[in-house]
Amino acid sequence: MQEKKFMKGCEAVAEAAVRAGCRFYAGYPITPQNDVPEYFSRRMPQVGGVFLQGESEVASANMLLAAAASGTRAMTTSSSCGISLMSEAISWLAMHHLPAVIGNFQRGGPGIGSIQPSQQDYTQATKASGNGGFQMIVLAPSTLQEAADMTYEAFDLADKYSFPVLVLLDGFTGTMMEPVAMPEAKSDEEVAAIKASKTWVPRGREKDHTLHNITDGAPLQERNIREAEMYEAWKTTEVKWEEYLTEDAELIISGYGIAARIAKSVVNDLRKAGYKVGLIRPIRVNPFPAQAFEKLNYEKLRGILCTELSIPAQYAVDVRNVVHGRTPVGTALSSGGEIITADAIYEAAVEMYGKL
Amino acid sequence: MEIVYKKPSNLSETQPNNFCPGCMHSTAWKLIGEVLDEMELTEKCVWIAGVGCVANAHRYIELDQFNQPHGRACAGASAFKRCNPDTFLFTYQGDGDLAAIGLGETISAANRGDNFTVIFINNGIYGMTGGQMAPTTLIGSKTTTTPFGRTAGEHGYPIHMCELLNTLQAPSYIARCTTADVPNVRKTKNCIRKAFQNQLDGKGFSFVEIISNCPTNWGMTPLESLDYIHDVVLKEFELGEFRCR
Repeated sequence: MQEKKFMKGCEAVAEAAVRAGCRFYAGYPITPQNDVPEYFSRRMPQVGGVFLQGESEVASANMLLAAAASGTRAMTTSSSCGISLMSEAISWLAMHHLPAVIGNFQRGGPGIGSIQPSQQDYTQATKASGNGGFQMIVLAPSTLQEAADMTYEAFDLADKYSFPVLVLLDGFTGTMMEPVAMPEAKSDEEVAAIKASKTWVPRGREKDHTLHNITDGAPLQERNIREAEMYEAWKTTEVKWEEYLTEDAELIISGYGIAARIAKSVVNDLRKAGYKVGLIRPIRVNPFPAQAFEKLNYEKLRGILCTELSIPAQYAVDVRNVVHGRTPVGTALSSGGEIITADAIYEAAVEMYGKL
Repeated sequence: MEIVYKKPSNLSETQPNNFCPGCMHSTAWKLIGEVLDEMELTEKCVWIAGVGCVANAHRYIELDQFNQPHGRACAGASAFKRCNPDTFLFTYQGDGDLAAIGLGETISAANRGDNFTVIFINNGIYGMTGGQMAPTTLIGSKTTTTPFGRTAGEHGYPIHMCELLNTLQAPSYIARCTTADVPNVRKTKNCIRKAFQNQLDGKGFSFVEIISNCPTNWGMTPLESLDYIHDVVLKEFELGEFRCR
């Protein structure tokens, strides 16, 4: 069995990125993700990578943009209000069709909010991480093992589509510690080969005046139509979700990330008490796994309880849009840095379930 | 027959530069193009475009290039050069881009001493957007957002980028020149060459400010605009090499 190491969430993300071949990181200090830049500042010199502490989130994300243009596997992380500042460069990554990985360790909002965990950036993450209506694949880990695995995977997805990919975490996942088995590190040769494969990188024109240009020269509408087709295709090729005890369930609890992790323990408790309850957890929140909800037998379903660290609910809006009135959709919520308790989810589920 | 003069190999034979008649952006590009050819850098050069009038010339300039958002060229250049240190790299930015929205990125890159060159075109106005006040606009100048003239009380004084950057330890080369007359055009070319050489020598951040014109938004003929540079602008912005390591 692969050896597990007891790690902090931020460090697991950073180490997984290095192992995926990330050789550029820029970031700006913001709680609760400061362990990420600190880890990279120690680690990058060991692998010949570049660490840059930007003068702001705006600058850090623009450094990421240029690092992506240089062909280097590149990452930045921040938290909520910092991600808002990065939205300029994230939109430009989409415009230039450049691969990069962004991590958001969500904290309470709006504004500076709080430094405690939240899931209040769901709509921003899945629908509008910048101007122009682009979308990203959004990975939503609920354990540190997933945080490491998904960060690693995010670099492959970014290169596959030559597009930015978002890892949507929270302050809880970033700061807790768990045993993690690290994905295998790419060799220096593999990292160099990935960089060399990016033929569009501006490295100086060829003698025959051939220019390398990261910008697609096609008319903007044409490009946007092509990208819309890509987002549409993701809905079948890139959806991922977990189903837990849904087969005979009469009530579904649903959420992502840390809220789903709490919800899973509640499902176990409710089962012990005799309630037929299951869990649907999107592993990726964009594309949204509508299929998970289409599969449900609505005739025997008493309802779906969405739980998330956001008031007003954001994730539940997507669930409601898919369920389309076929069963009641309720919510169990917390916000502003408050973490929803298992008891609160339990009580909301029992109330929604009705008589045993 | 011996060729004594030719157009730089990196400026298009077929595409227009689209700059307004009399605008000295085109002079700046001719000088950059000549220096790149003379130093044999054309094939290994990448430049990062700021946002502004330079967008008029993207097809005219036959060099590898990419764009950063408005004001962010220096942040991007820092990252790109560190990732690909063998690439010869310069940014080309106007006064709104470099000294207003990108002031933080400019100063921070200079302060880190990142090893690339900045060509800074200072014509004291936002050209592309139609003549609004720039941070370098002179006191008394009427622009579309200072219709009664810039006043120190309301808008502050014009910002002097060379002097400001000269307070930092890291930059290796800082110069202000102008393309307003032939002797100064030759001096400008020399400054560009020195800045580029500093980058090749790994000496760190190099910065060339070129006092330029904007006949369209200044409401002047090209010749009047050159006189205005001599008679008025250069009284505010002193020419010279502020630092040469």
